[in-house]
Amino acid sequence: MSVTIKKGSAAGTLTRPEVEDFLYAEAELLDEWRLPEWLDLFTDDATYQIPPTDIPADASPENNLFYIADDRYRLGERVKRLMKRTAHAEYPHSKTRHQVSNVRILSQDADQVEVACNFFTFRTKDDFNNIFFGKLLYLLTVSDGTIRIRSKRVVLDTNGLRNQGRISIIL
Amino acid sequence: MKPNGNDPLVMIDNDRHLFKVSRNNFTDPDVFVKERERIFSTCWLYLGHESELKKPGDFVTRVVGGRSILFNKDRQGNIRALFNSCPHRGSQVCRERKGNAKSFQCFYHGWVFGQDGALRNQPGEESYGHDFKNDPDSNMRQVPRLESYRGLYFLCYDPEAIPLVDYLGNAKEYLDVIFDQSVDGMEIIGGTQEYAMNANWKLLVENSIDGYHATSTHATYLDYLKSMEGGLTDVALRGVGKDLGKGHGVIEYTAPWGRPAGQWVSLWGEEGKQEIDALNARNEKLYGKEKADRIAYKNRNLLIFPNLIINDIMSLTIRTFFPQSPNLLHVNAWAAGPQEESAAARKFRLSNFLEFLGPGGFATPDDIEALEHCQLGYRNSEDVRWNDISKGMGLEQPAMDDEAQMRAFWREWSRRLTGSEETQGERA
Repeated sequence: MSVTIKKGSAAGTLTRPEVEDFLYAEAELLDEWRLPEWLDLFTDDATYQIPPTDIPADASPENNLFYIADDRYRLGERVKRLMKRTAHAEYPHSKTRHQVSNVRILSQDADQVEVACNFFTFRTKDDFNNIFFGKLLYLLTVSDGTIRIRSKRVVLDTNGLRNQGRISIIL
Repeated sequence: MKPNGNDPLVMIDNDRHLFKVSRNNFTDPDVFVKERERIFSTCWLYLGHESELKKPGDFVTRVVGGRSILFNKDRQGNIRALFNSCPHRGSQVCRERKGNAKSFQCFYHGWVFGQDGALRNQPGEESYGHDFKNDPDSNMRQVPRLESYRGLYFLCYDPEAIPLVDYLGNAKEYLDVIFDQSVDGMEIIGGTQEYAMNANWKLLVENSIDGYHATSTHATYLDYLKSMEGGLTDVALRGVGKDLGKGHGVIEYTAPWGRPAGQWVSLWGEEGKQEIDALNARNEKLYGKEKADRIAYKNRNLLIFPNLIINDIMSLTIRTFFPQSPNLLHVNAWAAGPQEESAAARKFRLSNFLEFLGPGGFATPDDIEALEHCQLGYRNSEDVRWNDISKGMGLEQPAMDDEAQMRAFWREWSRRLTGSEETQGERA
């Protein structure tokens, strides 16, 4: 899946509605478990991180214990894993609804756009329902006429994961 | 009365090499109440690590054994555990998760306490009796017992408890092997994984020292390791399981993954190899070859009864957990590492941790799924009554994928709940 952006667009000219369309499309891929296509949204040097909630939000995974700190390789392995029947935590697949709102472009240059938005994601599996919520921080870039994710950082608002238990889906 | 309400908690048949645990133990509210009284109120429970309180005034609040605790260091460097309840009306005095403070003020009526919990002042002091402040009941109460071993602080709510070092017993030597990995001392690495499972806490005890489930539960993790260039050695997964007495148990084994404590994998590069070689040479000089090899090449999943797990595996993790109800547990997990460790080694340590462990890892979520489905399966406990923990029972030296270390837990658990040394046929 790719989101149509104006021909000849570069990171420097991306508009908020274009970014919003992209984020909605990303959410749809996740809710439909089209994870290999979702992975294609990322650049080769991309990162995907979820820090714990008892350290500063800008802390580094090199000297702090995160929930998730994937480079592009491990993110690919995460997707590969989640598509297997032996990824027991997500088999049968849970149902999810990824919601994004309050989308803002924080900064923008010729190479990339820094985006923040609020999110809440509902997950249901077996008899359990979970809600994840917080803020998403993206660095987006444009290559070959499509928007790509250079980094995605999920900043949870909850104190840890007492309600959710685990992060076995992609947020 | 439920049909299994009168079953023994644990049933042992030594002749037939059978060890059965009643599924009622995982669901019965009466068992839960007795556990609070006979286990979480009398055993030594892990509170935190000294490295979490680096500076005078540092504090951490934490729920331990169902109680709200303020763990802090005063300006003289004394480390304390206080019940985080105002002596006046009971409000939690400190509402921050961690920080640094010279004093603690309860916001409800404004009482102020020192770092030692002593009442310093309160609004309207003149309306109280003249020796009100001298009454110990005016102070925040200290937890009856607080002792430490190798930087690990444990508390106990039973003033009569035996000393911590005696309680640790044979587990002490394993803690030494783990904590001797560092000469400057271990530290908790920033960031706590705080998660939960809809499962009885004893399921996580078993799972944390279970060498039997890896190939089926963690198939995708093993796939991942195999596919990763240079991620594995050809060392076999092999070792022993041990009952250490007093409810403690361990599995100790070799494994193919890289260990920042001394087993290099090619993924870590030449520089990583030099560092690991230097570490092993240092340990050999300090401790002799036999112990240095054990530090480097042996993995340990250690259970300190009832609920502390120290996994010295592809990373070093300290994990403790508490039941909220028979079918819900809360987990706190930390990564630990030597203070003297290089930035590169720290990075590998954390990367190793995240691949396998924790609620976002490639393995732990599948453990959680398994334990939650055990708990769901216990809906049938009235008809399908027993768990089997017999594996390796007749063997002189049970292997790491046998269950001797779990039987150690269950024997002690049953002894404490029933007050009897004899497990078979005993009831709580």
